[in-house]
Amino acid sequence: MSGPSLIPSPLVVVVGAGPAGSRAALSAARCGARVVLVDSSERVGGRYGRRPAAVTDGEVTSVTHPLEVAVAVQHRIEHLAGATVWALEPGPAPGRHLVHLQQGPADDRGRPVRTLTADALVLCTGAFDRTLPFPGWELPGVVTAGAAQALAEGQRTAVGARAVVSGTGPFLLPVALSLLDVGAHVLGVYEAGNPARWLRSPAAALRDGGPGRLAELGSYAAGLARGRVPYRTRHAVVAAHGRDRVEAVTVARLDAGWHPVPGSEQRLAPVDAVCVGYGFTPQLELPLAAGCAVRDGHVVIDGRQATTVPGVYAAGELTGIAGAPAAAAEGELAGLSAVADLAERQWVAAAGGTAPGAGLTPPPPARLAAVAARVRSGQRFGQALARAHPVPGGWRGWLREDTLVCRCEEVSYGELRDAVVARGADGMRALKLACRAGLGACQGRVCGRNTAELAAAFLGAPVADPHAMDRRPLAHPVRLGDLAGPPDGAGDVTSDPPVSPDTR
Amino acid sequence: MALMTVYVDGERHRALPGQTVAALLLATGRRSWRTTRLGGRPRGVFCGVGVCYDCLLVVNGLPDVRACLRELRDGDRVETLRGARLPAGTETVRPVRDTGEKDGVDEADEADEVA
Repeated sequence: MSGPSLIPSPLVVVVGAGPAGSRAALSAARCGARVVLVDSSERVGGRYGRRPAAVTDGEVTSVTHPLEVAVAVQHRIEHLAGATVWALEPGPAPGRHLVHLQQGPADDRGRPVRTLTADALVLCTGAFDRTLPFPGWELPGVVTAGAAQALAEGQRTAVGARAVVSGTGPFLLPVALSLLDVGAHVLGVYEAGNPARWLRSPAAALRDGGPGRLAELGSYAAGLARGRVPYRTRHAVVAAHGRDRVEAVTVARLDAGWHPVPGSEQRLAPVDAVCVGYGFTPQLELPLAAGCAVRDGHVVIDGRQATTVPGVYAAGELTGIAGAPAAAAEGELAGLSAVADLAERQWVAAAGGTAPGAGLTPPPPARLAAVAARVRSGQRFGQALARAHPVPGGWRGWLREDTLVCRCEEVSYGELRDAVVARGADGMRALKLACRAGLGACQGRVCGRNTAELAAAFLGAPVADPHAMDRRPLAHPVRLGDLAGPPDGAGDVTSDPPVSPDTR
Repeated sequence: MALMTVYVDGERHRALPGQTVAALLLATGRRSWRTTRLGGRPRGVFCGVGVCYDCLLVVNGLPDVRACLRELRDGDRVETLRGARLPAGTETVRPVRDTGEKDGVDEADEADEVA
């Protein structure tokens, strides 16, 4: 480590190396902090920044993401690729946290277990596609929009030859383009909402999204036109058909509440891929494990990306869905705020003779203010996006008695209704016990929000514990044999000077 | 870097460095590689980002590996997963939905949860 001090500088642990996490790591490291950047994939850049290995004239090469270069050359950043954080604990002093992780090939046996002591923790775990259930959505070939895009962009593989895209939000457009790019035929993009809502506040969209945003949307529209892809608003795939894989879909026109308009149903065939995305669900398990407050499904932050828990910051899709540029701005601010707070904490601690670190160059206030202004603009854009693409409850009318609600435990809509109406299950935990919804391998990630909305509709009131399924003490499954092995924390990157008994 | 050799249910395939198991299986024309524990229904890739656990299969004898996240290595042996399999790889649990055992299983589990 650099700097004249023998005391190591404080350790900032950043979880997630997408646009937000990469920026957070870079800004904290450039201010002198040591940074460990933990990410489950092999490469920096996040899901949509993936660049595949490519074969040219028999030689395999790869294209590098710009953030990957920036992180690679920053000597204060240690990038832990292929690493998953499976638990968080309060650390040896207020504001510090123990971060338990495993690194190695996904789900392999014997991945070394390791624990970091973070002086500050920046959570940038992002979000995944929300899907709504509909008859046949469990058939192979029905995938999330994000899966189709990740496979197309990251793996240069089409999920099918004849695809339809359905859901709501501008993110459906690049998904369709990515499919065209890998040679799929896209039969149509079905936007359940009514994006004309954007036109009601074009000035705001221009100010907060910026002209770049509008140009981006324009280029998507042009790409779809070139590919002769029909784009229909107020329409959605309301059923998929097939025996052991999807072979056809039913598309219906929707009213403003997303109830299918009777008689508007059309069958499309043959279809071998259905790509569905109704917005995004933040990965809340780590913020919840840290004790961070969550409101309306997002982590509560102040104007500096600090959560309600001292020493823990959140950035990117955890705090709201506004796209990669907004996430990057939040990440940068989170990294700067973490350093500014550590520099202040260091002063206080030094007065008591237990300086935890040194070598920080806190960012000047003017820089913090400038980044914060970009963050606020991005957040306004995200709020406009959320207002323009609501998910009204008419989708419940797409379900049939035997439509699966929970894919893992194969719980049907009828079984869920009976659990609420006949057996008195009045919350998420009660539902797990009464009908097993949310009890399976995905721990309610896929069905949690839908189940909460369905139960609320049966009850006539919101469930009391909507985030009960998001509390996952083990954020990711860990093979028991790995935990039984000897702890491997001794030689780790940690800012721990020997902890004196009175700091506990 | 060079092309790798891997095996899918014993069949030899070439794979690219950085290629995930799911991408290879899709490229070979497969759409499903697991059956569900209760209904015996086929499943394959769904979320593509490691959160849904639908794409589980067996890699080098180890069950419950997410195909969408796992990158292939030279010589890997991939097997499809029928029902549920114990890590020891000793026995495959057959679908139970149509055997009438389901209610009993439910009650037993519920008792465990409550206790």
